[in-house]
Amino acid sequence: MSLESGTPTAPGTPGTPGLTETAGRVAPRRFVHRFLGRKVNVLAAGFLFVVTLLALLAPWLAPHDPLTQDIPAAHLPPFSPDHLLGTDILGRDVLSRMLYGARVAGQAALVSVLIGMGLGVIPGAMAGYLGGWYDAVLSRIADTVLSFPPLLLAMAIVGVMGTNLTNAMLAIGLVFAPRFFRVVRSSVISVREETYIEASRSIGTSTAKIIRRHVFPNALSPLIVQISLACGFAILAEASLSYLGLGVNPPDPSWGRMLQEGRESLFYTKWPLVIPGIAIALSVLACNLLGDGVRDSMGDERGHK
Amino acid sequence: MLGMILRRLGMIVPMMVIASFLTFSLVLLIPGDPATRIAGESATPEQVEQVARDLGLDKPFLVQYANFVQGAVTGDLGTSYTYNVPVATMLKERLPVTLSLTMVALLFALLLGIPLGVIAGRYAGRLPDRVATGLTTLGLAVPNFALGLLMIQILAVERGMFPATGYRPMSEGLGEWFIRLVLPGLALSMIVAAEIARQLRASIADTLRQDYMRTATAKGLSAPTKLFKHSMRNALMPVVTVLGMQIAYLLGGTAVIEAVFGISGLGDFAVQAVLGRDLPAIQGIILFAVMVTLVMSLIVDISYGYLNPKVRRS
Repeated sequence: MSLESGTPTAPGTPGTPGLTETAGRVAPRRFVHRFLGRKVNVLAAGFLFVVTLLALLAPWLAPHDPLTQDIPAAHLPPFSPDHLLGTDILGRDVLSRMLYGARVAGQAALVSVLIGMGLGVIPGAMAGYLGGWYDAVLSRIADTVLSFPPLLLAMAIVGVMGTNLTNAMLAIGLVFAPRFFRVVRSSVISVREETYIEASRSIGTSTAKIIRRHVFPNALSPLIVQISLACGFAILAEASLSYLGLGVNPPDPSWGRMLQEGRESLFYTKWPLVIPGIAIALSVLACNLLGDGVRDSMGDERGHK
Repeated sequence: MLGMILRRLGMIVPMMVIASFLTFSLVLLIPGDPATRIAGESATPEQVEQVARDLGLDKPFLVQYANFVQGAVTGDLGTSYTYNVPVATMLKERLPVTLSLTMVALLFALLLGIPLGVIAGRYAGRLPDRVATGLTTLGLAVPNFALGLLMIQILAVERGMFPATGYRPMSEGLGEWFIRLVLPGLALSMIVAAEIARQLRASIADTLRQDYMRTATAKGLSAPTKLFKHSMRNALMPVVTVLGMQIAYLLGGTAVIEAVFGISGLGDFAVQAVLGRDLPAIQGIILFAVMVTLVMSLIVDISYGYLNPKVRRS
């Protein structure tokens, strides 16, 4: 759960002589060029694109109903006829369950990130732009929420609201809010005092336009980094909650639930456990790599070689 | 130094107040009438009323909050519904288990993370760095509970190298205690190890570029002296901060690992509390966790100021 790896290195890191301008300011074309120049970025983005596509098309692609049981055909290994990824303890088709599980994972990532951004982005921008007591109060609250262990906080929220997927996504989204708040706030602060903003204001540019033309583009790259890290965390968190029985309710498929059910099959076969495990690991890996790729392509001190 | 401690205290106390308020406010997230919800669908109106009175839900919100804080300060966190014992007693009972697991995980994290980070930083950009960085990237992505399940199956069930599940207190023998914590500790340590390695890699690579390292080379110091006496000493400081932040992660991460390994610690208590809609227990656990995190970050900050005079003044 590398939710924190997007945040800057610890205070007091011996002097990385950072550029005084913010990390986010790179010409778009150079950014795209740098980003595509590394194979691992393309691979990660491609992987996530394919997973998204598979998730969207699951109802048409799945060879079987993910819920239909066929006990005599339980514990089939991968590459069995008619069951490409085998079957689980109840004889359900693992491939179909994986495809529908991808829908749940994608949905969890999308909804929780949207909730987190909805709650964090605008207050963060305002706190950064306005400063003063507004910033002081909101920052203190955000810091406090950040002190709660993320998974435990999500569990507590699910615990009071009821255990189902919607509440799990909402809970993860609430955990994200202070992180988005911080990212946006700091990138807004970093440009607020720039002379070109002052210049722009002095020639009569409206605040809305300044935010749109100068502040927003600066916040975009760090925001994308945070979004990809958050997606990875959301997938892990959904899997953890569903594993514990606090997310998706049975018999609906989710990668986390499949791990839980795969445990029952362990006596016969490891596949129902290994397959969702790999899917989670690869998806989270792709999200993290994408985040790293975007950050490195932004051209801060870690970016250029 | 004293000024710095006071300043940090001045920041942390309001955070504790906000944290307790947010924790208590969880009750507001309960859909519908909290008392009905907690008492359960089949409860009689009398039972619902009893619950409402027990929890003080019939009083104004701020009065409820004041009572909650007053109780928390004196160590009274209410009574758990699922276990029917005081939450504070449960916490006291479960804490040594989770603390043992966390300590072993932290030990593994340091044993894995520091060498990986040093190698990656020393050979930044070269093959050893790529291997080490690849491993840490993987460590951050693999779901630790899936790893735990596989380790149980392969190392415990099939090979019989470790007991599969369970926990023995230290009083039954250090060996018995430790051997049962090896697999869960390893599984839990992965992410922390990866974070330590990443941070150490960055700061070692950075210190090796500094002017004083060139001076050290010019003086004719050997490579190990430079790495371990000059670079490591500076590079380890950010790692201390990472460790402080990871305590929060470990406290949350134990829930799933404890479920996987059948360990009855705080994490298991949390899961049971959530499954049982046990509001006092949920609030007690989360309040405890956030207070531990805040105190840890205070300790980290102070030790940081102690180690690095520059931080004291800012």
